[in-house]
Amino acid sequence: MNANARTSVIGRPVPLVDGVEKVTGKAQYTADLNARDASVGRILRAPVSHGNILGIDTSRAEALDGVLAVITGQDCDKTFGVIPIAMNEYPMARGKIRYRGEPVAAVVAIDADTAERALELIDIDIEELVPCYTPAESRAPEAPLLHDNKPGNLEREVHHTFGNVADGFGEADLVREEAFDCAEINHAQMEPHAALAEYDPERERLTLHSVTQVPFYVHLTLARCLDMDSSRVRVVKPYVGGGFGARTETLNFEIIASLLARKVGGKVMMQLTREESFLTHRGRPATQVRLKIGLTRSGKITAVECDVVMSGGGYAGYGLVTILYAGALLQGLYDISNIKYDGYRVYTNTPPCGAMRGHGTVDVRHSFECLLDRMARELGLDPFAVRRANLLQAPLFTSNGLMVNSYGLGECLDKVEQASGWAERKGKLGKGRGLGMACSHYVSGAAKPVHWTGEPHAVVSMKLDFDGSVTVLTGASDIGQGSTTIVAMAAAEVMSIDLGRIRVVTNDSVITPKDNGSYSSRVTFMVGNAAIEAAKALREKLINAAAELLDVEPQDVECEAETFFVKGSSQSELPFHDVAIAALAKEGTITVKGTFSTPVEAQGGKHRGGAVGSTMGFSYAAQAVEVSVDEATGQVTVEKVWAALDCGYAINPLAVEGQIEGSVWMGMGQGLCEETHYINGLPAHANLTDYRFPTIAESPPIEVQIVESIDPLGPFGAKEAGEGALSGFPPALVNAVADAVGMDVNFLPVTPDRLLAALIKFRRANRRKEATK
Amino acid sequence: MKRIVSLKINGRTVEDVIPDNLLLIDFLRDRQALTGAKKGCDGGECGACTVLVDGRPRLSCITLTAKCGGADIETIEGQAQNGRLSALQRAFHENLGAQCGFCTPGMIIAAEGLLRENPDPDVNDIKAALGGNLCRCTGYVKIIKSVQAAAAEATQ
Repeated sequence: MNANARTSVIGRPVPLVDGVEKVTGKAQYTADLNARDASVGRILRAPVSHGNILGIDTSRAEALDGVLAVITGQDCDKTFGVIPIAMNEYPMARGKIRYRGEPVAAVVAIDADTAERALELIDIDIEELVPCYTPAESRAPEAPLLHDNKPGNLEREVHHTFGNVADGFGEADLVREEAFDCAEINHAQMEPHAALAEYDPERERLTLHSVTQVPFYVHLTLARCLDMDSSRVRVVKPYVGGGFGARTETLNFEIIASLLARKVGGKVMMQLTREESFLTHRGRPATQVRLKIGLTRSGKITAVECDVVMSGGGYAGYGLVTILYAGALLQGLYDISNIKYDGYRVYTNTPPCGAMRGHGTVDVRHSFECLLDRMARELGLDPFAVRRANLLQAPLFTSNGLMVNSYGLGECLDKVEQASGWAERKGKLGKGRGLGMACSHYVSGAAKPVHWTGEPHAVVSMKLDFDGSVTVLTGASDIGQGSTTIVAMAAAEVMSIDLGRIRVVTNDSVITPKDNGSYSSRVTFMVGNAAIEAAKALREKLINAAAELLDVEPQDVECEAETFFVKGSSQSELPFHDVAIAALAKEGTITVKGTFSTPVEAQGGKHRGGAVGSTMGFSYAAQAVEVSVDEATGQVTVEKVWAALDCGYAINPLAVEGQIEGSVWMGMGQGLCEETHYINGLPAHANLTDYRFPTIAESPPIEVQIVESIDPLGPFGAKEAGEGALSGFPPALVNAVADAVGMDVNFLPVTPDRLLAALIKFRRANRRKEATK
Repeated sequence: MKRIVSLKINGRTVEDVIPDNLLLIDFLRDRQALTGAKKGCDGGECGACTVLVDGRPRLSCITLTAKCGGADIETIEGQAQNGRLSALQRAFHENLGAQCGFCTPGMIIAAEGLLRENPDPDVNDIKAALGGNLCRCTGYVKIIKSVQAAAAEATQ
């Protein structure tokens, strides 16, 4: 028996199976791939926010020695976009420019210096149009239209009502309404964008290596935009240095690099600068939330009305999904029967927004948890108590059709309340120090994918061969969250084999099965379930072979720790290798596959847009944040965070902890300091100094607790762990600031300048109140 | 202008003709195929390119190769000995100090510089030493834990 083999691998902290590559520098990210024989691609970007392209003259650039080709919007007349009904973006602008920094042309040259010189030699004639930078400007009656078919510059309006809101507010003892203003933020994943494209004109084939979270969507888009048969396209995802949603749709540079490679019949490396990575954007939109809540004296929510305006940027991207998520996930966390939601996604002349960790839900959850806290205070209720008064009773369907099968929020509340010493410490920390808390949740994969084909949501293949090794093939995109490790652990667990026997091959479209990609926290749930099914199929073949060798029925054979034996008998143990050889003797190399499809009842309500927000299971989180506030400077310091998350079951507790810490911390960035800033459409934030996210120096200890509600459909009972805790941080922070200084703020981020200005105003108002007494 | 530069990289002497403006990171990545050090920003902001120059952490993206004549350069690729992970590499691996891994080479090298100076750092020492190394995945919690674990192992 292999001494290292374990009867159970899941539920134990396991280092990443691709972790050694990461700590030794051997992990190859896109920019690390061998590009010595590649030409260099560079993009020319629009110098204005809104304008008509009257002409582009590339002749001077083309004449420069070392320039291999120049392309413009004229070289691709196919639109792209992640939502099939909202593809309104060209890889390079055609006719119209809609944001400053939009690609208008591209160059490929023998080296970077030549390519950059060539960009300066492209002459572009633009008729400037009036830009619209804010939703107010875009929605003004005289505003120019960014897209001719979108009156009022509205990408999408959503109007949903469930239950009877008027009756609900009528039952309330307290009704309050407030407006919240949340800044636009960016993912700022550590790896800047890059793509390596190679075109073989002899066989008319394209290979793209890219930083994507969604190789399948990139594959489809390349075939569309290059007008190629998809069988002639190959997409490979190397190691990816973070995503957080930035790469959940095909990005313009991936198409441009491919167009350049085809144009020159060769290999083109396209590395974007950090500034360009910011310009590519797809971040969380600036969001204005108007929220009204009705509460009974005992804290029960009777009705909610929410109006959301998102500043989406120049193109559709994921926009309609974002504005739908914002409304849909008002539900699924608390028991709310009467709810009205109005959402407006507005085009603006800024870089396009997209999906970012906690997609669509974060700013609305922030507003909700802040207002709920204030109303509880007004009613003399404890923040924990008001949330406990509104817990759901799983299993159930919410009034907008979301399925909730497992629900560990109550336990999360208990753990955080206890760990933070809430009862003893809340309100007693002295001047300038405070405690706040909030709850949050997120989907474990969208039950209906944006690109609906009817196929299973996930497919995993496995191969057992002569050497006794097991190869798992998956299209699941590990972007650092540890999905490759989860797939390996699921296979090892089901087959009772050592992790070392398993190798996982990922993300090469010629080898691995299609996968929709890493977004909406779908991978553990969907790919995990598919991996379990595949491993069960392989295990069955081995059990059958062992049964023949042992001369018993298959149902009498047990497998543990790489050993097959007859149940209840200590004799006739067979090692894995002998059984594998016997199984292989029957049919040669064994290949099996497993799939996962979402149950139809998980796919959401029947109303328009009802699929968005639907999932097989929600993660649930509660967190408490302790802050100190320097009232002289407005500086907020986060002293400590206590977070608990219900992830159903922690297949890899080490990775779950890491995901909770990372998402809480990312919520802290949004709460404290992150924001984009444009001056006449020109980004003033597009570097890692001016786009401020917390360094290690400002980062507090985060005490994590895991709650396991065991979801009936999840793999081993698991749900997502990487997004649910994020949206609880900003409101817990603002609630803690209120505890510390006695003042509520309705803006994000809570930067020192904003907080100080608010404090000065607040003190002045208080003095006036005193004076008039 | 070009010049001949001779320096040590991970213990091996390397001689090359370089332009005066060649940055150390480009020398390492493009000419030595040592791609462990990463470019995460447009210059000096993220720490992903950190290497040791004569034992001290330096940002290779704002260091001229020409200034490194005779210097002893250590990169992430030189940290493992005979294929066995260094104490910091092992600690980062086992404690999940690396998630996406992009900042990891720079982070480990910066931490290596710290531990050589101060084998028993407290949390504030670690925060000071790694303050210029940005990470977007971990919230830094397990990075601090990894450095502490490596220090504890070394001082045992």
